[in-house]
Amino acid sequence: MTAWFQSQLGTGFGWFVSNLILVLLIALPLMLAVAMIIYADRKIWAAMALRRGPNVVGPFGLLQSFADGLKVFLKETIIPSSANRGLFIIAPIITFTVALIAWAVIPFGPGPGGAMMVLADINVGLLYLLAVSSLGVYGIIIAGWASNSKYPFYSALRAAAQMVSYEVSIGFVLIPVILWAGSFNLSAIIAAQQGHVLGFLNGFGFNPLLFPLAVIFLISAMAETARAPFDLTEAESELVAGYQTEYSSMSFALFWLGEYGNVLLMCGMTAVLFWGGWLPPVDWAPLYYVPGIIWFFAKIFFFFFVFSWVKATVPRFRYDQLMRLGWKIFLPISLIWVFLVSGYLMLQRDGMLPW
Amino acid sequence: MIQVFVFYLFAILVVASGVMTIGSRNPVHSVLWLILAFFNAAGLFLLIGAEFLAFLLVIVYVGAVAVLFLFVVMMLDVDFAELRAGIARYWPLGFGLAGILLAEIVLAVLAWNAGGLDTGRRPAEAAAEVSNIEALGQLLYTRYLFIFEAAGIVLLVAMVGAIVLTRRRRSDVRPQNVSSQVRRRPGEAIRNVQPPVGQGVEL
Repeated sequence: MTAWFQSQLGTGFGWFVSNLILVLLIALPLMLAVAMIIYADRKIWAAMALRRGPNVVGPFGLLQSFADGLKVFLKETIIPSSANRGLFIIAPIITFTVALIAWAVIPFGPGPGGAMMVLADINVGLLYLLAVSSLGVYGIIIAGWASNSKYPFYSALRAAAQMVSYEVSIGFVLIPVILWAGSFNLSAIIAAQQGHVLGFLNGFGFNPLLFPLAVIFLISAMAETARAPFDLTEAESELVAGYQTEYSSMSFALFWLGEYGNVLLMCGMTAVLFWGGWLPPVDWAPLYYVPGIIWFFAKIFFFFFVFSWVKATVPRFRYDQLMRLGWKIFLPISLIWVFLVSGYLMLQRDGMLPW
Repeated sequence: MIQVFVFYLFAILVVASGVMTIGSRNPVHSVLWLILAFFNAAGLFLLIGAEFLAFLLVIVYVGAVAVLFLFVVMMLDVDFAELRAGIARYWPLGFGLAGILLAEIVLAVLAWNAGGLDTGRRPAEAAAEVSNIEALGQLLYTRYLFIFEAAGIVLLVAMVGAIVLTRRRRSDVRPQNVSSQVRRRPGEAIRNVQPPVGQGVEL
């Protein structure tokens, strides 16, 4: 596509136009997906609480998120008089932007002619994702500080400590995956998972040596995105609404969108890193007739269901329990697993294993 | 053409945010400007083809170090009037240091223009087709292995030292013991009694 545009519009401008179209092709459906996933979240949550959930706006309440969006859009943006004006406005924009830019390196499926359906197929894709996900905390810290209010500030401090802690275990969980795949490129990581276990199961998660890491990654992803049961940054019984207490209107909605965008991203990362991304779960030819993007979306939705399920059933952690889980349990386990997996791979690649 | 434009964009932004870091009145703003400077430095790294270093800069400095920095600075109770007084007292020293740095840079550039120092063969010659992650890894784990490990040990010692210095055992708190809570069985927690009429229960 880039080549065609470049032949029509010249090298530089054609590249610009084609990439702009690709960005919109990812960002706009993502917005739609976030709207629908919020609806799905509320429906799942309601079903587990034996309620009906949103059911008034549109058929089965499908348009509920759009009604909420419209309502929020028409409200006045209130900036507290003692807030730090510039940072107060920048904070939700940072959260939202960071949630969007991470999708640039996610491969959605095999494209025509051996290419990948990915905006930027860079060779340090996983590092890019790590870098971007570590930026997410800034929106929250800045929002909490700029609001000049006690509860948002507490929330910002909690968010900073929580996200930094769980980033450590996420980083260590990723190392065995990188070692096994031998690449930082997400497409290469997916390709390495084809027929990974016994020659027919697609996914590092089916490997008994890597399965515990998949579980740790999923739980750390919940903590990283501050989803229940780790939603201490917006614990309503303690901190009103946390960092978003002083926000209203679109600035509030941007936090909301960014948060769910991040949740979807983490579900996508779980799918890509451990469960084969756009590959079908079993390496069996008829399954490949289903387009890869459908498998990828199905996996994302499955993990989102797990996120919702956990949110509906598990009570919120206490702060010291959260820190204990991150530093005293996940960090040592993932460190030991780095040793285990690298040792195993060393023996295997030197041909010192009997199989 | 575009490289030159992007280079000057990043370079100007680095310098400008560096100036704002030391110039802004609010310490939190200073840290945020510093983060912007890190970002643009990462952009410069990308521009010279060191994508691994660029992302490492963002992950380590922006993602972890600066967050903790911000964490501490946000909680500072800063008296701005006192800070002003400090500036008045320290500016000769500060400008002296800045002057020395500037002189060093100028000298270095002059020496570079005069031909540079002949250090012989370059220590690290990476093959053209090796990505710079692999090139770095090959160097770190072969040629510089001992230095690398020594750096790791220094960091470990620093970490252990910090923990030892700040850790204190308090006798007046009763922390949660999760494993004992999990191990607890009904037999230890519940006692069935048949109290006689008119007498209470011995607890």
